[in-house]
Amino acid sequence: MSPPNALVLDDVSRRFGRRWALARVSYTLPTGKALLLTGHNGSGKSTLLRMIATAVRPTAGRITVLGHDTREATEQVRREVALLSHDSFLYEDLTAHQNLVVLGRLLGRPDPAGDSRALLERMGLSARGSHPVRHFSAGMRKRLAIARLLAQKPRLALLDEPFGELDPAGILHMEQVIEELRAEGVGIILATHLVEQGERLCDVRLHLVEGRQVTP
Amino acid sequence: MDDKWRNLRLGLGALGLILVVVGAWMGLFWAPADREMGDVYRIIYTHVPAMWMTLIGGFINFVACVAYLIRASWKADSLAEASAEVGLMFGVYGLVLGMLWGKPTWGVYWDWDPRLTSMAVLLVAYMGYMTLRRFIEDPEKRAVWSAVVGIIAFMDIPIVWFSVRWWRSLHQEQSTPQTVHPDMTLALRVNAFALLFVFLAFLWSRYRIAMANRKEELALPEALGEPTAAAG
Amino acid sequence: MNAPGLLRTTWILLRKDLLLEWRTRARLNALIFFALATLLLFSFALGPDTTLLARHGGGYLWLALLFASVLSLGESFRVEQENLCLDGLRLSPTDPQAIFLSKALGNALLLVFLGLTLLPVMIAIYGIELKMGLAPLLGILTLGCTALSAPGVVYSAIANHARAKDVLLPLLLFPLVIPALLAAVKATTLVLQGDPMAQLGSWVGLLSAFNLIYWGLGLVLFPRVIED
Repeated sequence: MSPPNALVLDDVSRRFGRRWALARVSYTLPTGKALLLTGHNGSGKSTLLRMIATAVRPTAGRITVLGHDTREATEQVRREVALLSHDSFLYEDLTAHQNLVVLGRLLGRPDPAGDSRALLERMGLSARGSHPVRHFSAGMRKRLAIARLLAQKPRLALLDEPFGELDPAGILHMEQVIEELRAEGVGIILATHLVEQGERLCDVRLHLVEGRQVTP
Repeated sequence: MDDKWRNLRLGLGALGLILVVVGAWMGLFWAPADREMGDVYRIIYTHVPAMWMTLIGGFINFVACVAYLIRASWKADSLAEASAEVGLMFGVYGLVLGMLWGKPTWGVYWDWDPRLTSMAVLLVAYMGYMTLRRFIEDPEKRAVWSAVVGIIAFMDIPIVWFSVRWWRSLHQEQSTPQTVHPDMTLALRVNAFALLFVFLAFLWSRYRIAMANRKEELALPEALGEPTAAAG
Repeated sequence: MNAPGLLRTTWILLRKDLLLEWRTRARLNALIFFALATLLLFSFALGPDTTLLARHGGGYLWLALLFASVLSLGESFRVEQENLCLDGLRLSPTDPQAIFLSKALGNALLLVFLGLTLLPVMIAIYGIELKMGLAPLLGILTLGCTALSAPGVVYSAIANHARAKDVLLPLLLFPLVIPALLAAVKATTLVLQGDPMAQLGSWVGLLSAFNLIYWGLGLVLFPRVIED
């Protein structure tokens, strides 16, 4: 049984020392809709995504993801949500394949190596599978980071600037992956500067200015 | 709230100061001279209570750190900060006095005496704690991490004590005063209470400073104003 | 799909760390050379009297290991900070206690390995003997290295995110591990030079107690350190 809302933000605020990165944001995202998150650098988009992913706790307010409270059911949320962040979460000195296999093992998958090969194939990285990540270009890292997200088989995917560092072909491929995720019923929250792509891929929009929600 | 407690605070400090003077007189003149050590021993009337205050400071810090980890509160964090610093202050004071006592008693300033050595280790541990606090800018992280360090440091005190005692036990006997004259006990008690009141007065003031610092570092939720309307 | 339990997760993470160590083994070599250089420095600083060196050999060994541990602990978390891998682990989700155990065990293994490479060098240049044999020495080496690693991992996780991390880790760690250092040095010296008064038991007891307390504290406190 699916929860009625993929995400509920209830008066959410986050402070870092003196600065409020997010100030009293409330928002409800119904299940089945993809959310476009926009705003300048420093508007709080990344902080919000990290909070939904439970990397960071709200200073005030409640966040409910797929029916689970991020404070009370943190592990549950982490199992169902995956984050694509500016930081890749990749071990530089392991190969692409090894990065994915380690993750697969941690998730308890029956065939981590097979899963890894399939994902590398899907992201066009098969040829580089046994190369250390340290030798990857920025675009390749992004593709591997997406592969890492897909490996988690999330019900909700949080994408923080997924098109960054990609060439036009890469951007098209990324759009394809996002559309495939949508087709599989995976929820999407997409933060991007490329508003055109964003509006094509998403249904609703949340615009932040200095941590507050503003009608764009 | 400030004014109500201010008088109590000042009163505490004044009482402590008076008792310090009384205690000093008792320790220096009133109490009898020790049979073996003569007048040299008199420093214990301020050295020993200082050491006790340090341990009390460490204990308060430990409780505040545990309290913070159980339920985050700026009061607990401020108390932890204050108790570590005031305890450290008394500790350095007491340690220096111990060394001054050592010179005429043992002939050297430092003798690896188990108690002084354990205290020295403790002081370095709390210096580490204070340094850590200075080097973390984010107040929430600072509170959590220093709480962890404070707990670990305090748990180490008994271990350090035992290990140093074993280390030294082959080489020297503990020098403790023998039969204690009742006047000496009284003088010690007066001085102990004196330092306790001074300690508490300092602790309280330092706690208020810490709370004021927290207020300054943190934006208050009230500053956020009305919530923005929900959409979607 | 079932998430693996604590021990299995620890094993997966430990393998990952060992693989990373192997990949960057130039760094491991540097660490070994550093420890050797430290041993040599002690000899030069304290003079060529070989009887003195032999007598204090245990102390020099553990000092060298302590200094090396600061480097290895720092590196252990630097790896996780690059690309925020630690967050990646946390969010997968991975049990933070498994992260603690794998880091502490990995570090202890590294230090034991370091100790074993230093031992023949010490036998050669300090002229020490193994009066009580290799097995007890190995046991004490292991106990001492685990005693350094458990609190070291907790402190390294903290220090890595603060300013002046290179100073902070030794400043926090050194006073804390004094009892363990003391016990390890005493026990090692007794094993190397013989134990006529059967004191080894009490030092091993102290070392074991230290390990018990700090592995326990580490398991409880480490998750608080890495969670927001």
